[in-house]
Parts: sequence; structure tokens; C-alpha cells
Amino acid sequence: MKIKIYTSTLLLTFFVIGCTESSKKSELVNKDPSSIVVKGESVANLTAPPLVPDPVGTREATKLIVNMEILEEEGEMTDGVKYVYWTFGGSVPGSFIRTRVGDEVEFHLKNHPDNKLPHNIDLHAVTGPGGGATSSFVAPGHEKVFNFKVLNEGLYVYHCATAPVGMHIANGMYGLILVEPEGGLPPVDKEYYVMQGDFYTKGEYGEPGTQPFDMNKAVNEDADYVVFNGKVGSLTGDNAITAEVGETVRLYVGNGGPNLVSSFHVIGEIFDNVYIEGGNSINKNVQTTLVPAGGSAIVEFKVDVPGTFILVDHSIFRAFNKGALGMLKVEGPDNKTIYSGTVQEGIYLPEGTSNQEMPTQGNESAETGKANSIEESIELGRQIYIRTCFACHQSEGQGIPNAFPPLAKSDFLNANPNRAIGTVLNGLTGEIEVNGVKYNSIMTKQNLTDEEVANVLNYVYSQWGNNKTEVKPNSVKSIREATDH
Amino acid sequence: MVMTFINVNAQSVGMVEIKGGAFVPLYGNDSVKVKVDDFFIDVFPITREEYLQFVKDNPYWQRSNAKKIFADGNYLINWYNDLHLNEDTPPQAPITNVSWFAAKRYCEIQGKRLPTMDEWEFVAMANEKLPDARTDSLYNQYILNWYETPKTFNQQIGSTFKNYWGVYDLHGLVWEWTLDFNSVLLSGESRKDVDNDRNLFCGSGSIGATDLMNYAAFMRYAFRGSIKANYSVKNLGFRCAKDK
Repeated sequence: MKIKIYTSTLLLTFFVIGCTESSKKSELVNKDPSSIVVKGESVANLTAPPLVPDPVGTREATKLIVNMEILEEEGEMTDGVKYVYWTFGGSVPGSFIRTRVGDEVEFHLKNHPDNKLPHNIDLHAVTGPGGGATSSFVAPGHEKVFNFKVLNEGLYVYHCATAPVGMHIANGMYGLILVEPEGGLPPVDKEYYVMQGDFYTKGEYGEPGTQPFDMNKAVNEDADYVVFNGKVGSLTGDNAITAEVGETVRLYVGNGGPNLVSSFHVIGEIFDNVYIEGGNSINKNVQTTLVPAGGSAIVEFKVDVPGTFILVDHSIFRAFNKGALGMLKVEGPDNKTIYSGTVQEGIYLPEGTSNQEMPTQGNESAETGKANSIEESIELGRQIYIRTCFACHQSEGQGIPNAFPPLAKSDFLNANPNRAIGTVLNGLTGEIEVNGVKYNSIMTKQNLTDEEVANVLNYVYSQWGNNKTEVKPNSVKSIREATDH
Repeated sequence: MVMTFINVNAQSVGMVEIKGGAFVPLYGNDSVKVKVDDFFIDVFPITREEYLQFVKDNPYWQRSNAKKIFADGNYLINWYNDLHLNEDTPPQAPITNVSWFAAKRYCEIQGKRLPTMDEWEFVAMANEKLPDARTDSLYNQYILNWYETPKTFNQQIGSTFKNYWGVYDLHGLVWEWTLDFNSVLLSGESRKDVDNDRNLFCGSGSIGATDLMNYAAFMRYAFRGSIKANYSVKNLGFRCAKDK
């Protein structure tokens, strides 16, 4: 290479622009992947999110058989909201496919007999017309087989490309296929599969019942749900992904769209490495990486301190109002040098003491939520809790130390149901003592109907060792009237 | 089966006359009108019970006798045996898992034929009130919702709405074979044709297909394009038509 540089100034210019790193890479590229000879045959191990199959980069290139079944089936978008998903392999996103450069994939696409529609698959890792779509178009109750050789390493999206394409993608027909380089990616301790998607339903966010797809909203890109791994809460609470302090974590992040691009961010972490757009270029020390619709990124970071790290689309209303929120729970010893925790606390209210207020929802929510029994009230209350209270008071009512008081076995709560009603209706600011611990924080006023307030309090009182107080909508009504101004 | 509904079947209720006309079908890129002559069409899809009678009368079309080139391995696959329906689906549900060859023969034996795709689409434009409801967003949403609802093949005929012409179940239960199902845009053979592909794969949604009815129509054409004449599909039945 260097000899050539001296042969002509024109070439010199070229190499300066090209830079040494790319010339190194060109040596690798020179080993034409299409000429890699495959050895043996194996059936691909496919995984549902958030899991990924074991690394394959160190094995020799092989003939890899992928069996992918398409299922149209009802699932849960969030508590109380049903949605009919169209899936690759029964999950949204679809099964994770792991290959290495040079593999020759024999792809079996099977359309379940109960399905109503024809489907196909376009894998962005395929070099060929339609990425496989034209060869895999398959009627319900039938199977199509096609072959391709993976030539380019990287993390690629696959999706259904049957008309209307947008609708098939909007219903969940996307996933990721990883092509490892020869020798594999550098080893890490934990690997996970996270894929964002936007959903368009007839009812607004949280409106209960089976919600059909809304084509008009999809065309207008007016998403009701923006979620990781197909539904609200797929990566929170018990479903959170986990790691130990000191471990390295690699996330294979995809974005199925159909419309929105993702500003992927993990609150409290900095990505040590980002494989930009799932390709070879590595960026260091990244806070937020853009994942295009129909694109991907690989992010890596070491977790140094324990705690819950929140995965979000940093287009932030999507995270807190549309569902794009996941959790990475890290366990292990504290490191106070890296992160101290709160060392001082107090109230700062420059604009006076007026309470904050959540926006009022439409009249629809006022019409729902009438419970006929205490059991029904508790169940409806659970759904409200998940939507409204969960973020601060947490899944088991345990609250967050130093920030949000617990509702579990709460002396403050159990002592005075009317005060509890008033708190939900009007919010609460200032110092309180719960179970012997002082909290000085703000709870916003919640815009819920009398029925909804009664339901959510009945749920809270029925859980976590509380005293099973039953709250009637009428009590809420009278307190509302007494405290309204 | 203890069902009083049984006697109200497609044969006794028979057919209705469709007054022909010209319309612009929602395929292709030009707006050329297609002319449809007056014709008769079955009020209901053919039921499982009716089809059972057909195979009793025509042993050639019993499951174990049917030739694979005319009816693939899914033909009547859920039946208990050649002459007994499976019991998890009502006898009055539409017959499905039948090939185009079988459906075509069924109609011929009745002195009828399968409707052409243009005839089928012409009748299926109608909602309860209007002969052409394609611009009614509620009607279109209804059709799209059906495409997303699982297992509608289990429902009895007549369980969806009666349209302007007096025809039931064009949308809501099962897809239906048409005589020339593979003549437009996509067929078993023409999928290899790149120009045709463009109409139904990635590019399709971007060109002019912004209204809902186009989406619903695209889904029907996509379905038709995915099947071959010997395919038997769980969500695909048929009804017959006749010249006037």
C-alpha cells in the first residue's frame, strides 16, 4: 500500500482521505465473503426477546437452517388493553436470528393455517431482490423456502413486506438478524435484545378492551403507544433485564418503526461503545444514539454501580406517556466515589406553593371504570395503578427511598382514608412521615373520576399488608366537593 | 346438530340479481372503468354441510380421492374423515380448505360458476345502504378490522351484515375464491415479474394508496396473489354466480 502512495500525488490524496483504518479494513473485505466455504449443517437457535442466542462467530461458516413460523394472535398491549399482533415466531419483536459471515441460510417461512393473511420476509442482511420478500410470499397454511449467503457483518432488521407494508409492520412484524464477523464480537458478560416499535390503536393510550389497528393514525404518524419489545412493561418490574456490578452489557437495539425514529438512551449510563447503525463504525462515550426506523445499533457499557437504570426513547413523552420505558436492574456493592446517592435534601419552590396538576383526559375515561363489586373495583384499580402510580410508588408499593414514600404497610395511608382520598384528588406537598421515615416531596394532583379514585385506593388498600379499607365513590365525591374551590 | 338455523341455507334462499354497471376497480394505476353485466350471485357462501353433500354425490372430490394437483394436502384437512365433518366448527359455517378446482367444479355441478373478480369486487363495494360505499371510512374500518380478527371461519353464514344487494358475508367470515383470482397484479407465475411485484410489495403503499379502501383492496389482492389454484386454505371459501 505504502509503495503506491509514493507513486502518484493523486493517489496520495486518495489515501489521506481514505485514512489508515479503512485500508486495514479493506484487507478484511478483500477476503471475499461470498467465497467462504461452508462446513456442515445446523438448525439455528432462535430466541424471543429480551434474550439472544449464544455467540456463533467462532464457529466455521455453516449451512444454517432457520425455521420461522408466522402467527397472528391476540396479546396484551398494556394491562386491560388487548391487541391482535402479527408476529414472526410468536413474539414482538420476532425471534432473534444469529449468524456469522459466510453462513448459507436456508430460510423456512411458515404461515400458520389459522392466519388470515399472506406474509413474507424482507431481511436487510440479504443481498438480493426484495431482501427475500419476493421469494418468501406465502399463503396461510403453506411454507416457502429460500436460500441466501450472509455477506456483510452487522445487525440488521427484518420485517414483513406484504402490502400494505406499513400495516404489517405496525402490527409487530419485525425483528433482528445479527451477522457476526469471523471470530465473533468481543466477549461481554450480558447480551440482550431490545426493539422499539410504534402502535396505532382506535382507542387512546390505556383505553381498555380489544383495540383495533387505526390506519388513519398510522398514516398521520400519531402513535398511541411507543414501546420496547411489543408492549408496555415488557422490560419493567419482574421483566427487567439484569446485570451485576462490574459486568459489561451489550444491547442489540433495533427499531421496527413503522414511523418513528428512536433516540435511544439509558438513564444513568454512558455507552462505552456504539456500533453506529449496527455497522462497523464504533463511536465512544455516547449518551443517546439515534436508531432509525428499519435500523439498529449495538451499544455496550460496563455497569459500575448498583441500581435501576431506565431504558428510554429520549423523545421523552414517548417514555413516560406512551410506554417506551424499560429497566436494567444492576445488583452489587455501592461505589460511593462513582455515585454518592443523595447527600442533602430539601424543598425548593420558587413559584410559591401552588400544586402541580396532571392534564385532564377526555370524557371517555369518565364513562368507564364503574365497578359492581369490591373485587371488580380492585381489578380496575390495579390497571389505574399501573398507569398512574406505578412510576413513583413502584410495583410492590415499596416507593423509592428518599424520594417517594411507600404505600406498602403504610401507617400514613392506613391511619386516614379521607386524607388518602384528598391526596389523590388534590396532591400533596411538604414533609410527611411514613413508617418512621420523613419524606419531603411533591405528589401531583391526579385527574381521575370519583370511581377511578375509589378503585385505585381500593387496590392499594387491598395490597401489600394494608388494612383493606373499602373506599366508596360517594366518599370521594363529598371530599372533592368539600375541597374544591 | 340442534339448530333451527339450518334450514335457512344458501340453496333455499338462493341467489339475488345484481344489476350490472361500470366501476373503477382499486387496482392498477389507471382509472379505466370496468363494465360488469347483470348477473346472479349466491346470497351466502357455500356451507360445510352443503359441501359435505357435494362430496357424497361426487366421490371424486372426497378428501382421499382428490388429486394433489387439483387440491393440495390441506384439502378438507380438518374433517374427521372423507364423509364426516369435524365437530369443532358448525356445519353452517362456510366451507374452507377447498381448492379453486374443487370450488369451480362445485359451482358447475349446480349449473353455476365462480364469480369473476370484477363481479365479486363490484358486489363487495356495497354496505347496507349504498351500492358503492368505498368512500365510507366506517365501512372501510369494518373491513380492515375483520382482516385483523382471528378465527372468523368458525362463524355461521349470515352472521355479518346484509348488503345493498341482499348479499351476506362478503366481508367478515372468510376470503372467497373468484374465477380469475390470479389475473390481476400478482399470480403464481407473475410474481417473478418485477413490474408486477412493484404493485404489491414495498413501493405499493407509497403510490396513491392512501385511502383505507385501497388498503383493504390491497390486502385482498395480496391474498389472491399468494395462492395457487390447488391451494386449500383455512380462511378461504367460495360462493357461486350465474349469468343472467
